[in-house]
Amino acid sequence: MADLQEQLGKLCPEAQIDTTGEWPLLTIENTKWHDTAKLLKEQLHFDQLMALVGLDWGDKLGVMYYLTNTQSGDIIHIKVEAENRDKPYIYSISDLWAVANYQEREAYDFYGIIFVNHPDMRRFFLRNDWVGHPLRKDYDANPELNPIRLEDETNEDYTCRYVENEEGKIEKIEGKVFDDDEYVINFGPQHPSTHGVMRYRVSLDGEIVKKVDVVSGYIHRGIEKMCESLTYPQTLLYPERMDYMAAHINRHCLCLCIEKAMGIEVPHRAELIRLMMDELMRLSSHLLSYGCLTMDQGATTAFFYAFRDRELIYDIFDRTCGARMSMSYSTIGGVVADVHPDFIKDVRHACDVIEKNLKEYHQLFTGNVIARNRMIGVGLLSKEDAINYSITGPSGRASGCHCDVRKTHPYSLYDEFEFDEVVREEGDSMARYMVRMDEMVQCIKILRQACDKLEQEGEQGEYIAKVPKMIKLPAGHWYQQVEASRGAFGVYIESDGDSKPFQKPTRMHFQTPCFNLIGVVDLTCRDNMIADLITITASIDFVIPDIDR
Amino acid sequence: MFDFSTVANWLDELLKSVMPSWLAITTECILVAIFLLAAYSIIAMIYIMYERWVCGWIQCRRGPIRVGPAGSLQIFADVVKILSKEIITLWSTDKFLFFLAPFLVVLASVLTFACLPWGKGLQFIDFNIGVFFIIAVSSIGVLGILLAGWSSNSKYTLIGAMRSGAQMISYELSVGISILTIVCLAGTMSITGIVEAQSDGWFLFKGHLPAIIAFIIYIVAANAENNRGPFDLPEAEHELTAGYHTEYSGIHYGLFYLAEYLNLFVVSGIASLLFLGGWMPLHIPGWESFNTVMDYIPSTIWFLGKAFFMTFIFMWIRWSFPRVRIDQMLALEWRYLMPIGLVNLVVMAIVVTQGWHF
Repeated sequence: MADLQEQLGKLCPEAQIDTTGEWPLLTIENTKWHDTAKLLKEQLHFDQLMALVGLDWGDKLGVMYYLTNTQSGDIIHIKVEAENRDKPYIYSISDLWAVANYQEREAYDFYGIIFVNHPDMRRFFLRNDWVGHPLRKDYDANPELNPIRLEDETNEDYTCRYVENEEGKIEKIEGKVFDDDEYVINFGPQHPSTHGVMRYRVSLDGEIVKKVDVVSGYIHRGIEKMCESLTYPQTLLYPERMDYMAAHINRHCLCLCIEKAMGIEVPHRAELIRLMMDELMRLSSHLLSYGCLTMDQGATTAFFYAFRDRELIYDIFDRTCGARMSMSYSTIGGVVADVHPDFIKDVRHACDVIEKNLKEYHQLFTGNVIARNRMIGVGLLSKEDAINYSITGPSGRASGCHCDVRKTHPYSLYDEFEFDEVVREEGDSMARYMVRMDEMVQCIKILRQACDKLEQEGEQGEYIAKVPKMIKLPAGHWYQQVEASRGAFGVYIESDGDSKPFQKPTRMHFQTPCFNLIGVVDLTCRDNMIADLITITASIDFVIPDIDR
Repeated sequence: MFDFSTVANWLDELLKSVMPSWLAITTECILVAIFLLAAYSIIAMIYIMYERWVCGWIQCRRGPIRVGPAGSLQIFADVVKILSKEIITLWSTDKFLFFLAPFLVVLASVLTFACLPWGKGLQFIDFNIGVFFIIAVSSIGVLGILLAGWSSNSKYTLIGAMRSGAQMISYELSVGISILTIVCLAGTMSITGIVEAQSDGWFLFKGHLPAIIAFIIYIVAANAENNRGPFDLPEAEHELTAGYHTEYSGIHYGLFYLAEYLNLFVVSGIASLLFLGGWMPLHIPGWESFNTVMDYIPSTIWFLGKAFFMTFIFMWIRWSFPRVRIDQMLALEWRYLMPIGLVNLVVMAIVVTQGWHF
């Protein structure tokens, strides 16, 4: 830590470095930001942009960047403020970290921060005729300004960018997404293979995909905006509704972040139960993604096999949490209730059945010559690209990145468990598929160990810590990430330390894995066929509500 | 074994005795047409249910169980539903071609359907180039599909139609070659002649290795010809939503659906005709008592049983395999199936001239 601080001081002498928090915080002026970012990436090897959080501090707008070094696991965060509220310019870093392309578009959408030199400064979630930027503190929420519009968006092909000219002035350059003579076809928002209301505009040359433009926001619910008007226990409901296939894991992450801010010690039993729920969730999620991937390639039967086995897991959730989806089980300080008396028995049974059936899955699909021909070598994602686009989770590990948060930054009780991080080098659709299949085996391994541990704890025990009735966070900001079923899920909370009884977060940001995954669709699908587009998006495996939030 | 031609001849004589010859033939034609269309729709309904039950069984589900005993009335509910649905036409379509397309597809399948030998003497059309006629009329279907995709004036249907054009024309060759292999063995193109030639053993067993290879090629190519999984690219639900018939609704969509299932029956019927002896019972030379017992089973049952068995194989394939990609599909046809089929045809010719077959 001291070493890193010294290096940082040497590299960027003009930055203010604050080391009181969990990770070093650099505050850099906007004009120096792009050069510093380049140095951080090239000299200190901070090669992955974990999160990009737009912020409004009332007087100023700005961005918080979380960077990580994939080799050493060091994390730093950098605060950059825009000088002017009316024309908030910040230099784009999308040329250094490709993932910043969409992240900056999101920040532009929510805060109106204009990223200079960004290639495509369009809104990401909201319609292009939306008035105002909703997450600004001075946003006018008058419904007359933004009524429910019944007509189509106009100027869909319009895009613009802001570049600095030789005199140092910032100019706007307008452009088009697709040329007039391109054969552009809509995939979605209603389409069987987009797994939700996602829309790609695909430029085709015969059967070959030339370019994919992602049009997102069809299921955007403004969760981050809503969280700003809710108390902390109320916000817990929302992460579950983002990636519903990682409901427990996302909620666990938010609980961990609030607990970290408040300094709450969670009982061992509660953490163990949470961990088991997380792994069950991951197992169910991977089963679903197996089902969807096979279904998208036309093997309908395999889909039903996966759904048959997921029932076992949902029954476990049903018995313990009282719900099958959006379980609302973790809470601040622990879990809401102890597990069902048959919980361990059920989990062991589910593990046995799924382990047995995994062989059947491989027989039905993995070895099939058509499946192999369609997946091997299709949608290659190199390790460099995976890091550059911050692809984590199974898709990242299929490209050879050791990015499992459970191993790199262990949280909860994962350091007590023995399991392998499944990593493959190929980076194609087959590797992504196989990583999930192998991870299911690891999930079962973790669950069996957890069952033993829970048995040792006895039938009942303390499942929730003593938590104050009024949840209040001190002033400050916190970031917590966990390994969700599709990659690293992060929660950013900023609190002003308000002393009123029902404290609300000033900013809550969810860094969802699928948001990053959608960024590589264009990269991986280019010059492949339409059928490959489906295979690739299915193997990357994203959940749309997790992108749109 | 009961010969249905006695019934036909009796009816013919009866009609001719009460009315002039031209009127008798017209009446017979009308009767045949009614019977044909009735059989067509009944078979289609049976097939839709058959597919749903088989598919449910393969996928660990129960299939339709709600309407009627064991879901047997489900199909009537479906038919009523599809008949009563509104036919939606888009303003940008070419109306004439758009409405014509489903009828062309149905026409092709009815014509091929009419050629099938249902039992001994039970056949609508029987002439000396029967097999050739089947190949010829079945190609009308691709025209309907192309028209459907083109006239809808939609990007999805156009891609579907292009795919189906490429696919059906390619695989037609393999189907033709494998049929030709059997024609070579039988020495006749007449459907009755082919069936009669199998009275002492089905061609699949009689024809040695080349017949088995032809059989496998036929199964693969017929699947593709029929646009069924793993070759359902023209529809490719997960890529093109519904391919060439995306814009169709109501009974027009129903006609495509009908033709699809009937074509399944037709290819199964042709497979049983060419390789499994058509309506001919299973005869094993030398086992006289066994052969006599087999002869007691009506010929229609034999034919339908074989057709249903072949259909089961087609369904099994469909519900097990993922879909191939367009380039892989074309490569399979032009690089493997067609060369193998051609070599196989030559081998069969040698086998036949040398008398190596059983």
